[in-house]
Amino acid sequence: MSIAFLLNGTPVRIEGEAPTRTLLDWLREERGLTGTKEGCNEGDCGACTVMVTDEGGSKALNACILFLPQLHGKAVRTIEGVSGPKGEMHPVQAAMVAHHGSQCGFCTPGFVVSMAVAHLNGARDHDDQLAGNLCRCTGYAPIVRAAEAAAGEAVPDWMKADRDAVASFAAGEAGAFRPSDSDALAEWYLANPDAVLVAGATDVGLWVTKQLRDLKPVAFLSGVEDLKGIEVRGGSLHVGACVTISALREAVKDRLPSFAELLRRYASVQVRNAATIGGNIANGSPIGDGPPALIALGATLHLRRGDEMRSMPLEDFFLDYRKQDRRPGEFVAGVSFPESAPALRCYKISKRFDQDISAVCGCFNVTVTDGVVTSARIAFGGMAGVPKRASRAEAALLGKPWSEATVEAAAEAMAADFTPLSDMRASAAYRMLTAQNLLRRYFHDLAGVPVSVLEVAR
Amino acid sequence: MSMGKALPHDAAPLHVTGQARYVDDLPLANALHLAFGLSTVAHGEITGMDLSAVRAAPGVVAVLSAEDFDDMPDCSPSAHDEPLLAVGKVHYVGQPVFLVVAESHLAARKAARLGKVSYRELPALLTVDDALAANSRFEQGPVIWAKGDAARAIEKAPRVVEGSFEVGGQEHFYLEGQVAAAIPQEGGDMVVHSSTQHPTEVQHKVAHALHMPMSSVRVEVRRMGGGFGGKESQGNALAIACAVAARLTGRPCRMRYDRDDDMVITGKRHDLRIVYRAGVDEEGRILGLEFTHLFRCGWSQDLSLPVADRAMLHADNCYHLPHIRIESHRLKTNTCSATAYRGFGGPQGMVGIERVMDHVAFVLGREPLEVRKANFYRGMGDPGGQPPDPRDISGQMKAGSGADLTSRGAAGPVGSHDLPPDGRVQTTPYHMPVEDFIGHDLVAELERTSDYRARKAEIAEWNARSPVLKRGIALTPVKFGISFTLTWLNQAGALVHVYQDGSIALNHGGTEMGQGLFQKVAQVTASVFGVDVGLVKITATDTGKVPNTSATAASSGSDLNGMAARAAAETIRGRLAEFIAEKHQVKASTVRFVDGTVKVAGEVYDWARVVAWAYQARVSLSSTGYYATPKIIWDRVKGTGRPFFYFAYGAAVTEVVIDRLTGENRILRADLLHDTGTSLNPALDIGQVEGAYVQGAGWLTTEELVWDGKGRLMTHAPSTYKIPACSDRPRDFRVALWGRPNREDSVGKSKAVGEPPFMLGISALMALSDAVAACGDGSVYPALDAPATAERVLMAVRRVEGCV
Repeated sequence: MSIAFLLNGTPVRIEGEAPTRTLLDWLREERGLTGTKEGCNEGDCGACTVMVTDEGGSKALNACILFLPQLHGKAVRTIEGVSGPKGEMHPVQAAMVAHHGSQCGFCTPGFVVSMAVAHLNGARDHDDQLAGNLCRCTGYAPIVRAAEAAAGEAVPDWMKADRDAVASFAAGEAGAFRPSDSDALAEWYLANPDAVLVAGATDVGLWVTKQLRDLKPVAFLSGVEDLKGIEVRGGSLHVGACVTISALREAVKDRLPSFAELLRRYASVQVRNAATIGGNIANGSPIGDGPPALIALGATLHLRRGDEMRSMPLEDFFLDYRKQDRRPGEFVAGVSFPESAPALRCYKISKRFDQDISAVCGCFNVTVTDGVVTSARIAFGGMAGVPKRASRAEAALLGKPWSEATVEAAAEAMAADFTPLSDMRASAAYRMLTAQNLLRRYFHDLAGVPVSVLEVAR
Repeated sequence: MSMGKALPHDAAPLHVTGQARYVDDLPLANALHLAFGLSTVAHGEITGMDLSAVRAAPGVVAVLSAEDFDDMPDCSPSAHDEPLLAVGKVHYVGQPVFLVVAESHLAARKAARLGKVSYRELPALLTVDDALAANSRFEQGPVIWAKGDAARAIEKAPRVVEGSFEVGGQEHFYLEGQVAAAIPQEGGDMVVHSSTQHPTEVQHKVAHALHMPMSSVRVEVRRMGGGFGGKESQGNALAIACAVAARLTGRPCRMRYDRDDDMVITGKRHDLRIVYRAGVDEEGRILGLEFTHLFRCGWSQDLSLPVADRAMLHADNCYHLPHIRIESHRLKTNTCSATAYRGFGGPQGMVGIERVMDHVAFVLGREPLEVRKANFYRGMGDPGGQPPDPRDISGQMKAGSGADLTSRGAAGPVGSHDLPPDGRVQTTPYHMPVEDFIGHDLVAELERTSDYRARKAEIAEWNARSPVLKRGIALTPVKFGISFTLTWLNQAGALVHVYQDGSIALNHGGTEMGQGLFQKVAQVTASVFGVDVGLVKITATDTGKVPNTSATAASSGSDLNGMAARAAAETIRGRLAEFIAEKHQVKASTVRFVDGTVKVAGEVYDWARVVAWAYQARVSLSSTGYYATPKIIWDRVKGTGRPFFYFAYGAAVTEVVIDRLTGENRILRADLLHDTGTSLNPALDIGQVEGAYVQGAGWLTTEELVWDGKGRLMTHAPSTYKIPACSDRPRDFRVALWGRPNREDSVGKSKAVGEPPFMLGISALMALSDAVAACGDGSVYPALDAPATAERVLMAVRRVEGCV
């Protein structure tokens, strides 16, 4: 393996490391850059946040689940590089000191990097920008005060330098398999059908850091440019498999605001910047947040195996728990779905609002014409071994007047659609009751009744 | 004077630039790395152990299990019941069974998964009910403290309110997991770096494991990445393992738990069930009260006895309870050993009485705040007698043979004393006069500044118009006792050096875990010398500099160490004053140390110049300092005495909104008013108050620990265990300090702040209860258990709606 990237502005080349060596371990163990901390080793706490810059811009990412080959050709800036070349404090660093934003200090480097990236990108939605950084000491208030205070300060030159440097940086060929287009990927994967495809590594990363699995062979998809496209064609959005959740959220922000709001609560900035919609689907998790919304939208999944392409309704892809309709050597190429769905509402129920996995994710898309339900697509995550439609509830709505009585009947019918599990996120009884109540919420929501505790202003 | 200034944390510039070093950041050449192989069953006999694959794994240097030790090192801070590695039996899922020593952290972790251990499974006691049925407990039976005749008072009371309440535990989730390193020295000595709140305990345990005197072991702690009580005893195993492996291999050894291991292995806040029966009058005054605390302590004793004691000591909170009986069961279960956590049982005791207040108010249809006030202790400004004479504890300490003197898990001394009467100065259930009660004034002030009444009325109107969302509001007070209940721990030492250039080095027994202790003590020290705090060099806690330290715990850090450092500095200042006064033929008492100068006989000299002269005149510029808290006395068997030097107070108003269809909820606004006496550093104190509130609210809302039927912890990572995230803080967050001096002679008249504001978070649970009640017709009490997750809130909504 031969990997080259810029580290705090200086080119580095790494030879002979395992392709699943994480950036965090390499920084701390090989480079002595111990400012980047390990808090959880699974991408949930943000103590290891680093800034990664490529032609698409600068992003915050979790170094603990970032494999070295994913960085090939990019620029990495750690907490040590957030200060200026002469040790000058970055405005967010100065603000964190002045506003008492650090106590034990262990989460602080991760916060500072997240804040510095947000500052660089002009982002001021601090709660969202910092949702992926956990702090146990401060209660966050002084950190947000610091972020607000620094927001108006100029971006230091050294923070902008990576963008130019990376454009002229010649990384050369990566030693690991890192295809640059989907044709190359298709050919290689057909020959290596047992390989692990790594896109964002936000789930596969944990196979390595938590399950301690040795993965081989591995293909890193971070360079597959033709799977990163988002196009609007004939009223549909066509989204490549390697589109990150961040990019998808941006694309649906105005078109499908409820879907965008669901994606705002999809993990955290760091995870959304790495995770891809293709990975979210191909992974087959019953509690991924992308599929329920896409199924409610009536999405079509596009698969590729060698030169052969096929498409299917997304819900048909999920056969059983962690079992998908995907043949050896076949991969998710993209997904397409209507660019508009005014009645789409996506509701995520979890213990915590941000950076949490759904206990229940319910997505509703009901069309009412002249007071009568003319189409109904209702899909849930967390209610079965796969993302699944509530077929009986849908049937109970179709052709009926859109009324409280109809909704009650459909909620009753939903009881036969699912047999949810009890686990650490919720009991089966809560899941079922909440799923039914989300339909009731949907009815109130479309009628303009306030239903979100997140929207109650003081 | 630097004392009282809102200075930033001393290490803030290091934190924000990534330069602050934690134990895992220390460069250690040639170091080995350790990992434990863990038990996979909750209770069982080890019938076989095949570690050949572990030994053969890449990078493995050594593998140790029970058979490799003649004398298994013990990790317990109390009862010698925690072998480093399981001997014969395992008692919970996650108990260390064998130890891997390898060339890298990852190699050690990978190898540890390869052990093949077989068990003959034994019945596992996982719940409070399991343990009660099996009479599995620490101590002979329940501890019972009583004052008056509760049963009779309840019998005679016009109304009886009773219930049962489940309160969940809490994972500390310090961002820096447990970590230690040991570096072998000449002659078998050992230097240990540990992320611990209790360096002396680590020193003691490592020395014991190595069969060396404590003087052969030096423990250094520069800082922790958070502690919260989780590093009072839970770091012992790692430090001992490192020391044992370092001795075996002759190489430095380092060990840190991966997050999931940390959450599975280490103890958490005790969960418990609280059963209550209160006899009340129509005003809601509590005439008689019975509490039963059922604590799930886990497999080993650890600090459970004093934790459960402290819960009993806070079962009154701010309320005068003339007739009370508290029965406390400390149940032994096959789960991780519950341990210290911010508040140390206090929150568990306090949430019980706040639940009673909420329930009583509901049943009587009265405003909860009025019921609370009706039960308040008499105020310090109210007519009352002189406080009883302080009784000194000195000479009354006696430790049992072989007791672990350094730990508060030890059994306490038994002092003899007279019980003061419950007269004009009212007394607590443990007969301590409450001389400093400021709850009336403090709550009145918060009620006014938070606009509680008007908001409560506005919320009622809003709720009437809102079919799906309901808001709720609650005000709860806090009274928290300050001092270790194990009396002898209330002492501290410090070491201050003044160098010939005028710079000052400060060392004391307290540890820095983010609370700003070092800065506060530096401010105290600088104030004694009248110099800028920048002149004071803060140094790592080191058992080689200040010996026999108590854990930095019980909120006592600045009270104890600040006083010790002040004493040391005053000794040196006294010598300097004598010296310079003699030169000018004036009395030493006329010398002033202010603004970096020394003023004597009309002359003003630079501080550094005076120091240099003193050095040349052969004046000692180094001193130790020592402090022992006065006035305290405590008999834990009878449950009587004055265990606390003083109380710290506070109150909070929390407003929430819930969704009656899903139980989703959030905090809309919180107003906190907290008593830190005359603050040593208002910025640090506000930081403690804000952070503690959010952590306390987290305990009672989203932080849910779930074990499965096999005793396996299912929430062992931040993906499944949810501490508050950034957006969970109250969007509208108003925090103020009460700012009146401590009536006791504490350092700078300040009050301890680490734990007390944690319990301000109880207002969030009570506000949720209020919001749930708004979903019903007033006939069914919400009886909301904690943590009030969305699921529990929804189920409570269903109850009050009459659906269940």
